[in-house]
Parts: sequence; C-alpha cells; structure tokens
Amino acid sequence: MTCCVPGAHSVIDDPSAIEADAPALLALSRPLGDGRRQLEFAVPDAHCAACIRSIEAALAALPQVSAARVNLTARRVRVAFDPAKGSPAELAPAIRQSGYHTYVLDPAEETGGDPVLGELIRALGVAGFAAGNIMLFSVSIWSGANDATRDLFHWISAIIALPAIAYAGRIFFRSAWRALKVGKTNMDVPISIGVILATALSLFETVQSGQHAYFDASTSLLFFLLIGRTLDHLMRERARSAITGLARLQPRGATRIHDDGRREYLRLDEIAPGMRLELKAGERVPVDATLIADSGSFDYSIITGETAPQQLARGEEVVAGANNLGGPVELRAVRASTDSLLARMAAMMDAAEGARTRPRRIADRAAAIYAPVVHTIAIATFLGWGLVSGDWHAALLNAVAVLIITCPCALALAVPIVHVVAAGRLFERGVLMKNGAALERAAEVTSVAFDKTGTLTEGQPQVVEGYAVDAMASDVAFALATASTHPLSRALAAHTGHGRPFAGSISEIAGRGVEGVAGGVTWRLGSRAWCGLPEAQGEPFTEVCLVADGELRASYRFSDLPRSGARAAIAELSRLGVPSRLVSGDRQGPVDAVAAAVGISTAQGGLTPQQKVAAVGEGRTMMVGDGINDAPALRAAYVSMAPTSAADIGRSAADFVFAGDDLGAVPFVVGTARRAARLVSQNLVLAIGYNAIAVPLAISGLVTPLVAAVAMSSSSVIVVANALRLRFERRPGRSAPAGRMLVEERAA
Amino acid sequence: MSGLAVLIPIAVLMGLAALAAFLWALRSGQYEDLDGASERIFEEDVKD
Repeated sequence: MTCCVPGAHSVIDDPSAIEADAPALLALSRPLGDGRRQLEFAVPDAHCAACIRSIEAALAALPQVSAARVNLTARRVRVAFDPAKGSPAELAPAIRQSGYHTYVLDPAEETGGDPVLGELIRALGVAGFAAGNIMLFSVSIWSGANDATRDLFHWISAIIALPAIAYAGRIFFRSAWRALKVGKTNMDVPISIGVILATALSLFETVQSGQHAYFDASTSLLFFLLIGRTLDHLMRERARSAITGLARLQPRGATRIHDDGRREYLRLDEIAPGMRLELKAGERVPVDATLIADSGSFDYSIITGETAPQQLARGEEVVAGANNLGGPVELRAVRASTDSLLARMAAMMDAAEGARTRPRRIADRAAAIYAPVVHTIAIATFLGWGLVSGDWHAALLNAVAVLIITCPCALALAVPIVHVVAAGRLFERGVLMKNGAALERAAEVTSVAFDKTGTLTEGQPQVVEGYAVDAMASDVAFALATASTHPLSRALAAHTGHGRPFAGSISEIAGRGVEGVAGGVTWRLGSRAWCGLPEAQGEPFTEVCLVADGELRASYRFSDLPRSGARAAIAELSRLGVPSRLVSGDRQGPVDAVAAAVGISTAQGGLTPQQKVAAVGEGRTMMVGDGINDAPALRAAYVSMAPTSAADIGRSAADFVFAGDDLGAVPFVVGTARRAARLVSQNLVLAIGYNAIAVPLAISGLVTPLVAAVAMSSSSVIVVANALRLRFERRPGRSAPAGRMLVEERAA
Repeated sequence: MSGLAVLIPIAVLMGLAALAAFLWALRSGQYEDLDGASERIFEEDVKD
C-alpha cells in the first residue's frame, strides 16, 4: 500500500478550501486557555502505524504545533497550536504533503465524547461484576449449601445485587417509565417489571430465610440485555461519526468586504442582507445573494440536477449552495442564512417527515403483544395457584418465576443482534446504516427511484468525443486546460492526460475561457462564442474549442456519463423484483438519454422538489439521490440512500450512505435487508418457541433459580448464534476497507 | 465456616478491584482509540 510509505505521494491542495483560510480556521478552533488553540482534522485514509508516525511527525515539524495526536479509530488528528508562532493554514498542507487526504472538522459537531455510550458501558461493567459474583454464590447454593450458609450467601448476593440493579437497571426503568407516562408500552416495560418484582421477591425470601432467591437471574438478565443495548448503540454511533466525518465543511461563513475595503470573516449566522461578500473560485455561495460583478458562471447541479453551468449577469440572483465556477466575484446578500434556499429545503423536509407515517419497529410491535400476554399469564398463575392450593406464598413464587422466564431476554436480543451483524456486513461493502428501523423498511421496498445527476451519473462532465488536427493542438489544449480550474478544463486535462508545458503567457478570463500567446500565435480555449466561431445548432453536448488566431484546431464534446456500475445495479434490482424509476430536476431530454443508457423504462424529468416528494411518497419506494433538491424526497421516501458525495443536507436526510461510485450498493442493501428480515423472524420464532416450552414449566411451579438461569442463557446464545449466520452467508465479492472507500473524492 | 469469613471478603474485594480498574480505564480514555493503540506499539519511543 503506497500510503504506508511516508511521502510516497502527496495529495493535491485545493486552494479554495476553507483549510487554507487562516481567519476561518481561527474562528473554528477551540481555545485551550494558555493562548494555544485546538483544531481537529479528519484523516480518512490513515490506517497503520506508519500513517500515525508520518502525520504526527509532519505536524510536529511546524513551529506553531505544540501537540498532535492521531486517533486511528475515529480517523482524526487533534492539533494544538499557537497562533502567535504561525498560521493554522499551514496545518492541512502539512498533512497532505505526508500523503493523506484531510479536511477540517467542525467543533460544533463534537459533543465531547458520547455520554450515552459511557453510561451503557459503565452499567455493563457493573452488571457484569454483579452477575459474575452472585453466580459464584448461586452455584454454591445449587451444590447444596443450606441453612445458615445459604442465608449468608443470599444476604451477600442481596448486598451486591441491590446497588448494581439500581445502577445498571436505570436505563431500562427510565425508558419504561417514559413509555408508560404517555400510555404506551415497549420492551422495557416487561423487562423492568420482571427485574423489579424478582428482586423484591428475592429480598423478601432472604429476610424470611427462604429457599429460593433470584438475584442471579435479575443481574444476569440485565447483563445480557445491556450487551444487546450497547451493541445497538455502538452500531448507530459508528455510522453517525463516520457520516459527520464525511461532512466536508461547507461554507459556514464568508468574507465580508467593508465599505473601506477591509475584509472580515463572518460566520454564516452573522451574515445580514445587504452585506457585500467576496466569493473565491470554487467556493459555494453562502446565502441567497445578487451578483455585483459583471458576470459569473455557477454550477447548480447539486441544487437542481441541471448539469449545464448557469451564466448570470450583474444583478441576477444566485441561490445558496451554488458553486462558483468562474473567477472571484462579489455578491450582495439578499437573505439571511435562515431564509436561504437550504433553510427552505430543511423546512420542506420537516413537513415531509410530519406527513409520513412509518410502521412501528418490529421489536415494539412484538412488545405491544408480548407484554400484556405475559402479564396476564403471570397474574393467572398467581390467582390459579392461590385459589387452588391456598398457598399464596407458593403462588407468588410461581408467578415471579413466570415473569423471570418470560423476561424477553432472547426477544430483546433477537432484533438488535441481527441488525448489528447486518450493519457490519454493509460497512464492509462501504455502506453506512443509520439505524435498524431503516433496515426493516429496506426489506419491504417495492420500487426504487433514482435521481440522475450525481447519482446515476458521475455528476461531472467527461470528454465523450475529442478531435485535434495534430499533436501540437492536443498539447496546447492540455497546457491551456491545466491553467484553469473550470470543471470542463479539469475534465479536458484528465482526458488528454499529458503534454508539453505551454511556452508563452497564459491568461484566464473567468466564465469565458483561456487565452495563451506563444510565438506570435494567439491560442484560445473555450466556448464557440469565445473562440469567435458560429454557434452550432441543436448540439446535445457541451462543446469546448481550441483556435489558433481564429482558426479551429481542436474540439472536445462533454457529457455527464452514467456511472459504470449503474446498468448492472438496475438489472440486479429487477432480478430482486424491484423495478427502478428515474426522477430528476433536469430537462426531459438528458433524463431520457440517461434512462435509456442504464436500462430504466420510467423516467420523469423537470420535477420540482415538491413534485419529487409526491413522486416518491406513495407506496414503499426507496429514494436514491444526492442533491440539495433531493433532500425532501429522501426524507419523504419509505427508505432512502445517498452517496458519500452528496450534499450535507441530503446525506443527513438519507437512511443509508454508500461509498462514492458503487451503485451496486443499492441491490446489496435490499438483499441484505431481506436476509436480515428473515433472520429476525426466525429469531422471534425461536424466542417464542423457547417461551412455549418454558412458560408451562414455570406455571406448574417447576422452575427453580437454576432452571431459570440455564434456560435464559441458552435461549440468548441460540438467538445470537442464529444471527451470526448472516456473516457467513455468501460473502460480498468486494471488501476493501470501507474507511478508505469512504474518502470523499468530489472536488469542493 | 471460619474459612468462608476470610475467603468471601477476599473474593468480593477482588471483584470490586477489577470493576474499579475497568471504570478507571474507561474514564482515563483508554478505550477511545483501540485501533491506534494496537498500531502504536510499532512506534519508537519518543521522549518529549
């Protein structure tokens, strides 16, 4: 792996990015108190000891850095620096020169660790300690300890169990109480009732020098349940932190130009209508604004799906999120960020969320049936034994035995374990799953709706046809193209690949083209108008020409090509019985062309975001999209996926986020979700089957603490083992480390 | 019986010590970078 050789390659700097903007970085950094400040950078490629060493060494070599530490699990590096000794803008280039992609992380996303996970793990530790130690005493009791010894062991068990249950059980008691307060029931209600009643009865038995105490059952029950709960949380947390790690910092601010020419960096929420703002080449428009330069060229593809650049003149309005393709321009803010397009999309997403009814999760549906049945059986046992035998003490013991044996240990593990295993499998393939509910819904989809630009297609223009009169023309085209940052120039440079450097002077006229003078000949690279050629009629492709003193020497046609795996993914989906559709905001012509190229028969073009919401809102549709305009539809759909290259807002709206260019992830998610759904139902059947055998035993009074302990652990182990089968079923062919595939390749 | 009076407190105290050690390790951030810790053993010791 090249990355393990320090300095083997260096990642190219993007001068327009926020990482090069010292005032912006200072505004993001956190003060450490002694004049030093701290920043965190994502390093998604770092994966080995050499990576740690080269990144930390590169940073430590800078005079302003006082400490740098890589966290390989989170793939981040935390840097403490002294702004008095050097600029923070040198930090990211230092990391890139050591060969790693990097971008700065927003400290607002940092919550300072994960308090919920901390609580779960501490509770798990306490429950594990209590269960282990109490089991030692219980084994002695089952082996025949009696009289005073048994009483002593019961008392010691009680002393360990009571604080442990109070501490570790809080998580379940709290959740059960919240559900009961609003008149609902969830899986935590029978758990809490079972644990509390079993503990209370055991305490009573201990005081009365009774024969049976269930302290071991209550604590090991909590221990097993906490394992399931912690795994479930870890799974969601890993997806969440990977997704925030991907969130490349979009404009969270802009440079304001004061009337006296002074420049000042403002945060997004400080920008007020009427302010004059500077927008560099390649930057995104921070708020809705009007252009106060003569002309500008903007990329709207992430907003509308329209691939052709928009040419705007002075005074025209440009919306937040558009990408500046030309040179630096000045803007005048029209709306504050809270009223800008992005915020309106967010409001539309909330509306979509409210209008949608999602099925309750399988575990909750099971709990809604399970809890009342179990509690009825327990009460019936108590009354039945009491009335028939008149021995109310025995009746109580048997009723509590029913509660313990039915405490839904296997049931509570049945669903999360499968989801954790499925999430691990998806992660290997580069798919991040936000939560288990999404997996349940993905198993039920009946159709898939794709967005076009950036989802089915690369989202970036590529040369589809090139012609040059001689090698010299091709060389000049390459040389002029490398001098420009316009997407078409980049695509052209990538297409020609190599060439001699241009021996002359080059100048770029923003939004129009590049001009070079060498040996008395004036070369121009750009649109037909810029080259002084007549406009071609009915041209379906974007065209770039090269002229020498007004004479055509080369011409290149560009188009946004479908992703290579798109056709195979659509075919795989139809094999799974899921038809695909195309919904796009782009014009019907290009939409039909892409639909035909990838094998989709139903294609709708020219849709507004509202129409997209309506198009995917019906039935069980999976939406796959990446743009800002897709975000409401992603939220409205039954289940949704977005590529890592998607806009922030789209990525946070989607249920699944998949690595870059691999559309095969879509059928893979559907297939995995269906297998997971099958395993979940098997596990539920196993759990119910276990109850069908154990409950009659408990009702008839045959369940001693020993039987309860054996039955509970064995049923949990069976359920976990069944879930693990998902790992060993047909493995995916491709299993590159997901963290590396998830590097965001899209140019800012 | 007198053996129990000695052995049981020892057993419980040892369990408590293990629990305390776990909680201490958790609090001092030793579980924050498990992947990094396993790779850092390949690094030379740096004196700073």
